[in-house]
Amino acid sequence: METDQVFFTDYSGRNPLLDQMPSYQASLNRGMTAKWRGTRRGRFSSSDSQKGAESSFRRNEAAEEMELLPIYALVQPMAEKRREKRRRLGKGQDLSRWEYWKGNYVFRQMRENAKVLQNHLQLWKKDIRLIEGMFGTGILSYFYFLRFLVMLNLAIFLLMFAFVMLPMIIVPHTSANVTWSQSGGGNCSSYKIGNPRALPNFHEQITDLLSGEGFMERTYLFYGFYNMDKIHFPHFTYNLSLAYLLTTVAYLLFSLIWIVKRSATGFKRSLVQNEDCFQSFCNKIFAGWDFCITNKTTAKLKKSIMLNELRIDLEEERVRQKIAERSRTERLRIYFIRFVLNVFVIGVLAACFYSIYLATSLSQDAEMNKKKVNFLMDLITEYLPSIVITLANFITPVLFSFIINFEDYSPSFEIRFTLMRCVFMRLTSIGVLLLSLWRKITRCDDAFCECGYNPDLYSCWESRVGQEMYKLTIFDFIIIAAVTIFVEFPRKFLVKYCNCQLIKFWGDQEFSIPQNVLQIVYGQTICWIGTFYCPLLPAICTIKYFLMFYIKKTSLLHNCRPSVRPFRASRSTFFFLVVLLIGLILASLPVVISVAQINSSKACGPFMNYTTSWEVLPIAVSQLPDGVQRFLSFLSSETFAASFFVVTFLAMFYVIALARGYKKVISQLREQLTMEGRDRQFLIQRLVIAQRRSKFNPKPPGRSSRSPRSPSYHTSFAYNHPEAMRLADSPPPSSTQV
Amino acid sequence: MGNKQTIFTDEQLDAYQDCTFFTRKEILRLHGRYHELAPHLVPMDYTNEPDCKLPLALIVDMPELKENPFRNRIVESFSEDGMGNLSFNEFVDMFSVLSETAPRELKAIYAFKIYDFNVDNYLCKEDLEKTLNRLTKEELTPEEVDLVCEKTIDEADLDGDNKLSYSDFENMISRAPDFLSTFHIRI
Repeated sequence: METDQVFFTDYSGRNPLLDQMPSYQASLNRGMTAKWRGTRRGRFSSSDSQKGAESSFRRNEAAEEMELLPIYALVQPMAEKRREKRRRLGKGQDLSRWEYWKGNYVFRQMRENAKVLQNHLQLWKKDIRLIEGMFGTGILSYFYFLRFLVMLNLAIFLLMFAFVMLPMIIVPHTSANVTWSQSGGGNCSSYKIGNPRALPNFHEQITDLLSGEGFMERTYLFYGFYNMDKIHFPHFTYNLSLAYLLTTVAYLLFSLIWIVKRSATGFKRSLVQNEDCFQSFCNKIFAGWDFCITNKTTAKLKKSIMLNELRIDLEEERVRQKIAERSRTERLRIYFIRFVLNVFVIGVLAACFYSIYLATSLSQDAEMNKKKVNFLMDLITEYLPSIVITLANFITPVLFSFIINFEDYSPSFEIRFTLMRCVFMRLTSIGVLLLSLWRKITRCDDAFCECGYNPDLYSCWESRVGQEMYKLTIFDFIIIAAVTIFVEFPRKFLVKYCNCQLIKFWGDQEFSIPQNVLQIVYGQTICWIGTFYCPLLPAICTIKYFLMFYIKKTSLLHNCRPSVRPFRASRSTFFFLVVLLIGLILASLPVVISVAQINSSKACGPFMNYTTSWEVLPIAVSQLPDGVQRFLSFLSSETFAASFFVVTFLAMFYVIALARGYKKVISQLREQLTMEGRDRQFLIQRLVIAQRRSKFNPKPPGRSSRSPRSPSYHTSFAYNHPEAMRLADSPPPSSTQV
Repeated sequence: MGNKQTIFTDEQLDAYQDCTFFTRKEILRLHGRYHELAPHLVPMDYTNEPDCKLPLALIVDMPELKENPFRNRIVESFSEDGMGNLSFNEFVDMFSVLSETAPRELKAIYAFKIYDFNVDNYLCKEDLEKTLNRLTKEELTPEEVDLVCEKTIDEADLDGDNKLSYSDFENMISRAPDFLSTFHIRI
């Protein structure tokens, strides 16, 4: 192309003209902050002095901006920063700036000490570093997520312990009076617990431990044990039932706030940025290699992952073109296949949900009849819902990832769609379990339940629900440990030592991040639902996740190979938190419904005096002073709620409009940037052509120029780069076509 | 803090704290690492600012850098002479820029320097080809390499000169979500 020859005008291939441009000079200095670079372009157009004056002018501008920043934030190499520090110290700036800098310094020391302390207290630092060096940051996000859940569960447990358990524990040791919660008597208030056995045998104790019945039911573990209503200390009255209810609301809100806070950064980024496929190649080449990798095999693995990624991307380009070129009949055929397969998926889901419902009913009936067949059968009937859910959650992902191959989507959409289906499956199965439990609890022999629930079968229904959640948690943990020990280890040995072709093809277990994340989100959803019925469940979950870290780490390091399909760190954290949020919302539904709608048990628990658990709040509010009551009733009135919603909607629309405006500005600026670059190319071309013409028709330097800016260029150009002018004497033949 | 260390004076440690993203303890630890690379060359006493530079070959052997395909370029970009001989200041500077808390602009500048193999302040097609080959252990076919380089320049080039200047690169990096988390070395 002719323009290329205009550019490379000296021997080394560098264009001396472009070297003189202020933007290039600035990039050489690298002494400016990014913010300042924008203003400098404006300055350039207004000045027409010589190069030396320009640069000193620029340096003054830069110096002013640099004064205001602390040294470590300057974008400069180390030597420059030390010089800057010495200069600042030596200058003895005016008091206001010095004070600011000094205050900053002291504050920074404090922050540093806090950081050092925080680093010491961080859990699992060494393990995480090992995993990072071996597998990169994609898998690391899973372990960060696990650590976050350990912290979250610990916090929830501390909440419950401090406000609900602690008062009950310390009451016998203090001289406080207790108002026990009692109902008025009647059919609903007889607590039928299993016959206390005179000599419990070992098997039955194990069954009780694993299912939460028998001796476990009358402990702090379950809702039924907390039967104190108010505790009268010498100076104040502690309303335990109110505390129980408010702590439930508090832990749900607390989890919500923490998760939203953590996902805020990821959300911001994905809202502002365009689709990933917009810049996919650049992202992979320049931001793809994990600089943290220190292990040789991992480096090799990472290189093959890179290779695969690039090949997949090139493939995706081809597929996209293919989709765009699809003919009408082909499109109809694809839509028909998709419709059929979606119906099939719905059918599979319905079948799973129905089997969960059957299993729950069967399990509950068997418990009611109390037919003790033998130890193993009892355990299986107890755990039947958990077994069915786990089986369904194991089979469905395999099925979904098989059928999506026929639906002919682009590779990235395939992954996302399969994941969505699996999320839906996992979280709805818990919902179906609870629904079937609810149906059994509120169904009585005659049409109308006089207690609001079935007192013969479920004298203390909250404890029963708590037991189901407890069983689900325990079973989940047992399955994870068992799969690691009994499936992955033998598989690894088989692959290593057995030379069978089929086994070699099967290969090592793949550590699939999405499935593992769904597993822990499922466990956490159960924990959120179950904490109301089983206050010790967060503690159990904390221990469970703590042990799970080590199990998964062993699994990763010894049994599995990391998945060849890459999972990006930035998007994965956001994805995990979104799924967790969905789990939280789904978990709060059953809790809210059972607190507000279903009558609380009259035979056990802190809410025996009240119809529903929620009722304790209005009663407590009615005992507050009049003014507060009126204020609270105003807050819960329709007028306030309506105006609050209106204000929130307005704020939301404003923010959305703002975001849209910013997006537009960004794309306009980008276009402007592109245009400026093209303008610059165009002007330089013109300039060089003009110079060449003036070389052939010699005229005094000042008058040969066409553009007002050229004198400075012309003289400095000719002065600094005579070899360039020499080359211009013998122009390449194609340039005569100007 | 009352630690009786004799490697640096207090002013020196303060200066390091201000100019980098490390705490005092980390700087002393870095000095330990620097020293163990060449115990006979590196003095334990830095109070009078000795002029000691370690060659590229020693630094590139560190476990944090050994498996990095760009290790030579990283060390060269932080050395003043461009040949990869690092003094302790430059050593600390390197790990400070690559630490977790360094800002994006600073990292982008050095990333550009690292990927610019022929040091002409542009990322031209040859630079990209070299980068790609190091990332994929040269297993892509030449047509694939060509295609990928073309697409990369297409995506990021704003001024249409078929190579990436620093402003193109910076603009592209500001929209790369993974850059901050991958461009970091833990020491």
